[in-house]
Amino acid sequence: MKKNNYIIELKNISISFDGETILENLNLSIKDREFITFLGPSGCGKTTILRTIAGFLTPDSGDIYFDGENISKLPPHKRNINTVFQRYALFPHLNVFENIAFGLKIQNLPKDEIKSRVERLLKVVNLQGYEKRKPSQLSGGQQQRVAIARALVNRPKVLLLDEPLAALDLKLRKEMQLELKEMQQKLNTTFIYVTHDQEEALTMSDTVIVMNEGEIQQIGTPQNIYNEPKNAFVADFIGQSNILNGKMLKDYKVNFAGGIFDCVDKGFKTNQPVDVVIRPEDLHIVPKEEAKFMGIIDSIVFKGVHYEIEVFAQNMYLLVHTTKYYEKGSMVGLNFEPDDIHIMAKLFEQTTNIIPAEIIQKNTISFMGIEFIRENLNFEVGTKLNLTIAPNSISLVSSDLSDIVLTLDSIIYKGAYNEMLFYVEDESYKENYILVHSENEEEVGTELGLKFDFEKIEVAKR
Amino acid sequence: MNKGSFKFLPYGFWIIAFTIIPILMITWFAFTNESRQFTFDNILKIKSYAGVLVRSLVFASISTFICLLIAYPFAYFMSRISENGQKMCIILIMLPMWTNLLLRTYSWMTLLENNGLINNLLKLIGIGPFRMINTPCAVILGMVYDFLPFMILPIYTIMTKIDKSLIEAGNDLGANSMQTLRRIILPLSIPGVLSGVSMVFVPAVSTFVISRLLGGGSNVLIGDLIESQFVGSAYNPWFGSALSWVLMVVMLVIMAITRKFDKNETAGLLL
Repeated sequence: MKKNNYIIELKNISISFDGETILENLNLSIKDREFITFLGPSGCGKTTILRTIAGFLTPDSGDIYFDGENISKLPPHKRNINTVFQRYALFPHLNVFENIAFGLKIQNLPKDEIKSRVERLLKVVNLQGYEKRKPSQLSGGQQQRVAIARALVNRPKVLLLDEPLAALDLKLRKEMQLELKEMQQKLNTTFIYVTHDQEEALTMSDTVIVMNEGEIQQIGTPQNIYNEPKNAFVADFIGQSNILNGKMLKDYKVNFAGGIFDCVDKGFKTNQPVDVVIRPEDLHIVPKEEAKFMGIIDSIVFKGVHYEIEVFAQNMYLLVHTTKYYEKGSMVGLNFEPDDIHIMAKLFEQTTNIIPAEIIQKNTISFMGIEFIRENLNFEVGTKLNLTIAPNSISLVSSDLSDIVLTLDSIIYKGAYNEMLFYVEDESYKENYILVHSENEEEVGTELGLKFDFEKIEVAKR
Repeated sequence: MNKGSFKFLPYGFWIIAFTIIPILMITWFAFTNESRQFTFDNILKIKSYAGVLVRSLVFASISTFICLLIAYPFAYFMSRISENGQKMCIILIMLPMWTNLLLRTYSWMTLLENNGLINNLLKLIGIGPFRMINTPCAVILGMVYDFLPFMILPIYTIMTKIDKSLIEAGNDLGANSMQTLRRIILPLSIPGVLSGVSMVFVPAVSTFVISRLLGGGSNVLIGDLIESQFVGSAYNPWFGSALSWVLMVVMLVIMAITRKFDKNETAGLLL
């Protein structure tokens, strides 16, 4: 195979555990000598990718290429890739020197070469004089350094790091972030890093890969990911955002928050529903005459460098960062520039639910296994229907009171309510998602009971 | 007196009544004679039975070693299989332990006898008969059979406690499964091996039923000797106590050595 400058390539990787799909047809190329970070919430598949590259997991299908060579069948001990484990996994029966020397002893290298290589690495990780200590006699940060040195001793072409800083305290974590970045540049080795901490990812990486639910959401530089998030998930996950529902009227014109505003985005369909993202630092508090709209300060919290303000405006709560203090309850004007508005296509294009149904008895309608009675319907038994169910007519209840129990797939705060998407597996319903607007705050991946307000469902013949 | 220490009163009473007082009594008997006079005669008399003591130690050591040889790989593979498989294995190991020891040993008798089950089966294919019962091998076989679970369980327990990521780290650094076993699993499982060794060796040294039933009259062990001093025709509780006392001291010394070895080799290992 022709060599290119990709050190790792994943091709059509699919992995599932106990029938649950973790990754499906994942394709990815990782450039040599870069600091790459997989970023995403827990359960998004980032650790699975890392373990696949290391060789601890065999994908159900697909291939892994290392420097242009297919290594899918190669066991972990034959791959020129080393790992820094989440809980370090230092050998408790060996001291620091022996831990670091482990990989070299396995290769049966001469004693003095082992000694000089271990000593050089002890210097790199700043642990000279600790050779004789057992891991149990080291602090968390020191154990971390030993784990890094141990993984680097075999001079791997790729170093995998699985949330290596998660167990450290904040201050140490910040120090180690910079040290790791420095180390990567000095050693000129590819680092593949996994974290759920967006700040960590933005600080260290050359390239960030944002993941959710086993799918790559966006690949880009930290600046690119932060300033130009590709969808509402990325915007929500990276930094703080105001994400609002809007409608693209035409190129460079968007309708949201009760007004029509200029923007710099184009290429959407006319009247296409979109997510509008404005970063809190891009919303400015201005005098009334310069304001796009007015709002009332609902809360103000001092965060050290800035104040975090919630402004109630246009029936929505908007997050604003300022350096100036405003009295709670005071009326302020809000302004933003066209290039501060980020327009994104929606994950789920509809603004309401249109669900197929059928008349199964006189006046009885069935959809997704749920039945309800609607009087005075003049449809025959067997008539196919479409039900329009408004997202705010569905409420979240405990599962014993519910009509159906579904898994929450995504939740995004839209200024006045949480926009939730529930995944439905139903052959006749091709959209596969139920849209719900709710005040409740729920965790993605949990199973929740939904109750429909049958009175408010609009019934039409298909 | 601390209020909390009342909680330990029943245990304290138990230990004094059933451990300390009996030990003192054995010591007293070991160093006195019928007319309650202090004497070393009982201890010195053991010299003429040194062969029995040595045989007991040798038999116990051999069966402990064989138990270890069988138990270690077994525990290793057992710790690697699925959780349900592990539960099944534990039940299979424990099941014979719920049968009475005497009964289990009698079963071996019927198997090993000159016209027992094994010899009869061998006769069918035209070999044998072999003399199997009443040999040292039969005694050791009985000991291994009876005490094997006490070796498997502690080793298995420590194997399941070894963090899987340590094994992954070994693989990651280039060690194949043999190297991982030798350099990571073996050193980390030593505490389990040591407790297995003492759990097998101690009862094996002092066993008496197994040697009597499977060893015939020619493989007398120290346990048999002690028993005969209390219930047999050779009634001599003073000498019996002396034998028990010496055995106890020997085992304490062995345990102390093991404990020291344990501490040196595996300090800070069970994090």
